[in-house]
Amino acid sequence: MTLPLLEVEGVSVRFGALTALTHVSLEIARGEIVAIIGPNGAGKTTLLNVISGFYHPYEGRILFDGRDRTNLRPPDVAELGVARTFQNVALFKGMSVLDNIMTGRLLKMRGSFLLDALWWGPAQRQELAHREAVERIIDFLEIQAIRKTRAGTLPYGLQKRVELARALAAEPQLLLLDEPMAGMNVEEKEDMCRFILDVNSEFGTTIALIEHDMGVVMDISHRVAVLDYGRKIADGTPDEVRKNQAVLDAYLGVSSEGASAAPSETSPRIAPAKPALERPGA
Amino acid sequence: MVDRTLDTAADTFPKLVRANANRLGRKTAIREKDLGIWQSSSWKDYWEQARLIALGLASLGFARGDKTAIVGDNRPQLYWAVCATQALGGIPVPLYQDSIEKELAYIVDHAEARFAIVEDQEQVDKLLHLRAQCPKLEFIVYDDPRGLRAYSEPNLMSLEELIEQGRKFEQNHPGHVENEVAKGRADDTAIICYTSGTTGAPKGAMLSHSNLILTSLAGARADGLREDEEILSYLPMAWVGDHVFSYAQSILLGFPANCPESAATVLQDLKEIGPTYFFAPPRIWESILTNVMLRLEDCAWPKRKLVHFFLNLAQDMERRRLAGQPVPLLPRLLYPLGKALVYAPLRDNLGMRRVRRAYTAGEAIGPEIFVFFRALGINVKQLYGMTEASVFVTIQRDGDVRLDSVGTAVPGVEIKIAESGEVLFRSPGVFQGYYKNADATRATVQDGWLNSGDAGFLDASGHLKIIDRAKDLSRLAGGTMFPPKYIENKLKFSPFVKEAVCIGQGRPFVVALVNIDLAAVGNWAERRGIAYSSYTDLSQKPEVYGLIHEDVARVNRSLQEDAALRGAQIRRFLILHKELDPDDEEITRTRKVRRGYIAQKYAELIDALYSNRSHVQVEAKVTYEDGRTGTIRADVTIKDVG
Repeated sequence: MTLPLLEVEGVSVRFGALTALTHVSLEIARGEIVAIIGPNGAGKTTLLNVISGFYHPYEGRILFDGRDRTNLRPPDVAELGVARTFQNVALFKGMSVLDNIMTGRLLKMRGSFLLDALWWGPAQRQELAHREAVERIIDFLEIQAIRKTRAGTLPYGLQKRVELARALAAEPQLLLLDEPMAGMNVEEKEDMCRFILDVNSEFGTTIALIEHDMGVVMDISHRVAVLDYGRKIADGTPDEVRKNQAVLDAYLGVSSEGASAAPSETSPRIAPAKPALERPGA
Repeated sequence: MVDRTLDTAADTFPKLVRANANRLGRKTAIREKDLGIWQSSSWKDYWEQARLIALGLASLGFARGDKTAIVGDNRPQLYWAVCATQALGGIPVPLYQDSIEKELAYIVDHAEARFAIVEDQEQVDKLLHLRAQCPKLEFIVYDDPRGLRAYSEPNLMSLEELIEQGRKFEQNHPGHVENEVAKGRADDTAIICYTSGTTGAPKGAMLSHSNLILTSLAGARADGLREDEEILSYLPMAWVGDHVFSYAQSILLGFPANCPESAATVLQDLKEIGPTYFFAPPRIWESILTNVMLRLEDCAWPKRKLVHFFLNLAQDMERRRLAGQPVPLLPRLLYPLGKALVYAPLRDNLGMRRVRRAYTAGEAIGPEIFVFFRALGINVKQLYGMTEASVFVTIQRDGDVRLDSVGTAVPGVEIKIAESGEVLFRSPGVFQGYYKNADATRATVQDGWLNSGDAGFLDASGHLKIIDRAKDLSRLAGGTMFPPKYIENKLKFSPFVKEAVCIGQGRPFVVALVNIDLAAVGNWAERRGIAYSSYTDLSQKPEVYGLIHEDVARVNRSLQEDAALRGAQIRRFLILHKELDPDDEEITRTRKVRRGYIAQKYAELIDALYSNRSHVQVEAKVTYEDGRTGTIRADVTIKDVG
């Protein structure tokens, strides 16, 4: 067994009196696609924020590549090879798609102000190399037609794709996707699924994603971790999770039929109806 | 006269490509936009890549006469694969890349393709699946490896791997490709193009090297194509037109083909390439026009007014020119100003600044669309062609462009009109036959004459006019040819006529039922102070009858000019009291007139048209949008055309 890429060990996060995560542990192996699911307020985004260094845990450790990275700041985490997209698209709306993706390369750029300003010698070579990397991603995600379009004018589904492109531009080892398909229609979701699978197989990128569409989760992830009230209640292959009683309870409320009711193949697909998952005060 | 014998040193496409590599060397042969940059390949590269792919195929045991299915967007690699297949004496079979698996399966199976060279994972998935049912398909080669690295199916490989195998094969078999190329003959089948087939299963038209070479050269000479043309290769490779423009003519004249980045970027790529030679079917011209008009609506009003003013001016001039009428002095003086302010910038914006000639074909183009582009100074011309004729049958010549003809015969093409009115022609481009379908071949070609399936006639100056599909053509009682759609289309050129139905089969003369366009006629009536209460009311106004009468008379005048159609002039017409509507099943959802249904539904009106009556009372059932039905009663006037 090789070393996991990411280990989250007994992490707890508190905001004042509110405990958002309680002793959550999660391992993500290299090349895996792991889905993190759970009802609203279960702590999924918090977990992503902890991994990306935006929050620091009150207890527990985070190891990246076997080394303790618990208290790094977001830019340092990014240096390590972690990139993410956001639940609410966070693009530079006034900039072109190309420039937006180019910002994903910032961490990889070395240069001096003077040379960059003159666009001479190494600065020129560097920009051309970065542009080529960005063009490969544009080709990969099939967004050639909107290369020069201002990001803010694009439809939502495409903005999400551009955000993914920007994350990919950092050539991450670990890609964190916060609800990559939220608000998309069926066709856009299918496209996005295909891109996520392609990123995983083509670049070997490890992916952790939060998603509410159970159909998507079950189809594309190798492993599913389920959070409820800040605790991890299940972790396993999609099939295992699908049959897990604690998961069914968390999603449906405690089943009156008791533990014996074997869920049908389709039962996990109840999830996309978002209101069913909402819970006051969580 | 076209020379029908070819020099044996240049009688197949691989020989021609090899000659280009020697003669033109580093000149650009094909470009592809990749990673945002136009990447060029020279004729040397073209031949080298085709040769390497051929070696790779040979290493897999490719035999003369084997077929290669080619599936994907226009890509240099796929054009090279066509050439590679031909170099080994094989036959490429290009397929539509958006075909569903079932359609692909039929053709791959029918063509007995042993090899497939495809673009990407999407096509590989389809082919892997259908390989289970088509045991003849052995090898699948793909260009873009994305998403395919984990595939472990046997006999599936990347183009890179194929070429690598080819290099090894060459070490043991030096000169293999050259030997195979030398065996090629002008009469070898160069390609099988499957026709889409609106009825029945697709048929594979076999075209030989000499078919394609002679016809492509004749077409090029007829229109003065040069070595420095630029063409955008954006139409499906499976379509014979792309094969002729982007492959045959490109090789024969040595001009580059340009492959767009993706289907979504074609209009941008068009602007970047600025082709000099451009082809588009009517629906693409139409969508470009719509695009321009929509963008114009977003402009500030002074700009919009200015553009509309100059566009109207130019279109008016163009209409006069096409009709052979003199153009008044004022517009001629204003034209240069319009050119500087509107036409030239617009052409540039559309990527058509450098277009020397553009073709439209496939179906009839709407006159307003044709006039619009010509008015901008883009030399759009109609072309009449068929897969079975290696495309070129007739084209319109510069300075002799008309709205209602598809031009005159390309050198080497003889045209005659059969008794039935069907257009027949004979040319060096007439195909070898349908693959494995001798019955269909016999039905299409008799004594070297190819039945086009279209009805038409030649006018005194040798212009071919296509009037209808031959099967829709009928005759009047006296035996005069009666092409209903042709006459209806002429009527519909008027902005006031929305729809028209002509009747005459087995009758003594032609009559017409006309639908007025409510918006246009209503507007016209308001400006003249004619009050009306409803569509029915407006349609029966004597003034409106007068208006439509002028249009009918105009159509009759133009029919009078053609000896064959002189007898098919409209003698009596009426204006329908209700609009033909798909909800009432009178027209289809795509707005095609359902002739049979109308003849039945309006039998009363039609009987009256063939009687002496000048008025007829009708009741018509209408279906409202919510599904309720009601009746309209009206007193419909019938008017004689004097």
